[in-house]
Amino acid sequence: MLTKRIIPCLDVRDGKVVKGVHFVGIQEVGDPVELAKKYNDQRADELVFLDITATWQGRKTMVDVVRKVAEQVFIPLTVGGGISSIEQIRDLLSNGADKISLNSAALDHPELIEQAARAYGSSCVVLAIDAKKMPDGTWHCFKAGGRIDTGKDAIEWAKEGTRLGAGEILLTSMDADGTKQGFDLELCKAIKKEVHVPVIASGGCGKLEDFAQVFEEDAADAALAASLFHYDELSVVDVKEDLKRKGIEVR
Amino acid sequence: MIGIIDYGMGNLHSVASACAYLGLPALISCDPNELETCDKLILPGVGAFGDMEKILRESGLDKWIIRQVTEKGTPLLGICLGMQALFEKSYEFGEYDGLGFMEGQVVAMEPVRFHEQNEELTLPVPQIGWNRLHISTDFPLYEAIKDDPYVYFDHSYYATRWNPADLAAYAQYGPYVVPAVVIRNNVMGCQFHPEKSGTTGLKILEWFGREFMR
Repeated sequence: MLTKRIIPCLDVRDGKVVKGVHFVGIQEVGDPVELAKKYNDQRADELVFLDITATWQGRKTMVDVVRKVAEQVFIPLTVGGGISSIEQIRDLLSNGADKISLNSAALDHPELIEQAARAYGSSCVVLAIDAKKMPDGTWHCFKAGGRIDTGKDAIEWAKEGTRLGAGEILLTSMDADGTKQGFDLELCKAIKKEVHVPVIASGGCGKLEDFAQVFEEDAADAALAASLFHYDELSVVDVKEDLKRKGIEVR
Repeated sequence: MIGIIDYGMGNLHSVASACAYLGLPALISCDPNELETCDKLILPGVGAFGDMEKILRESGLDKWIIRQVTEKGTPLLGICLGMQALFEKSYEFGEYDGLGFMEGQVVAMEPVRFHEQNEELTLPVPQIGWNRLHISTDFPLYEAIKDDPYVYFDHSYYATRWNPADLAAYAQYGPYVVPAVVIRNNVMGCQFHPEKSGTTGLKILEWFGREFMR
């Protein structure tokens, strides 16, 4: 069977990897190619690049970033952030991205998932969901970087998205994100139970044990983290050693 | 020179980058005259079988590839959808003829219920991720990759009814035995993406480029 995947996430603005808390106090943490190589050497299973630039110029830069990384690093690359057209998807995939992730644009135009899946195959299309728990116990999907509540039920949207052709779900818990208290197991399980595609858990991991926990509880197929790896609090090697010790298969 | 066949469906950039990284001269082309100068060919591919079959047939590339491989003896590596093209038939959204270099038929994996460690699970389809290769000890790369046998898969269809003599490695995915490396004479196929499978993948690509049919 498949190994559990550990995926570092790199937020990219104007060609540099940055890290900020809720878009405030953003600071550069490095060159995308160098960081990608570092994670590749640590045996990361995949890399996610999130374009947090809001300008057209920045988007062009992202294509260059992907191309440069893909010349040096030979593991799967997923690119997301602000993707809203088939042309953008084509540009990214033809420049070395293996998958693209859709978020806000898919909420506004669900047919984009279908078009992308038909043109490039489901396995290239990741549906990113930013979910937040509501007082009634359900989860809503938020868009525009977590700023706008769409009112859409996250479980229903995950089901609809995979029916339209998304081949994976990148699930970020807005409640857990930034807390460093562990992945949102309740949310992950609720979604994983309802879809037949891999679920990538994102948001909340703060320590080594959090990774093993999300897999031991069968809440996700892959786990994503950003700051933990960027600031060398943990390396992917540490995470994988811990998982192996606990009998969880990793590469 | 390795000719990477560009028929409009595939992550050509990644395959070409991996060749460049390994110091293997390669060109990307859809022009048989240009590809004719290459001593090895790679058929990549991402997408649907029917689309690929139509493009290859209408461009005449299918007959050209068959001539190169069977008459000139040019070594060919099919990757992912390009590997599926090596078999006789595919049943992806219809029924299509493959290039027919190997016995076998390409069919869908289903999100079946299966048991693993006393748990009943639903198999995720597509298979996306790193899976372990079970490698035949006859495969010349056995020693080189057996300690790190994980490679990256990304597919919803797989080959069945293949000839066991052609199998160099397989992966187990739920109840499915997925042929992962197949070799018959001068034709080789990888269901996974060697250009996305880290060091192990690069070793396999390098072996095709430098050692295969030398």
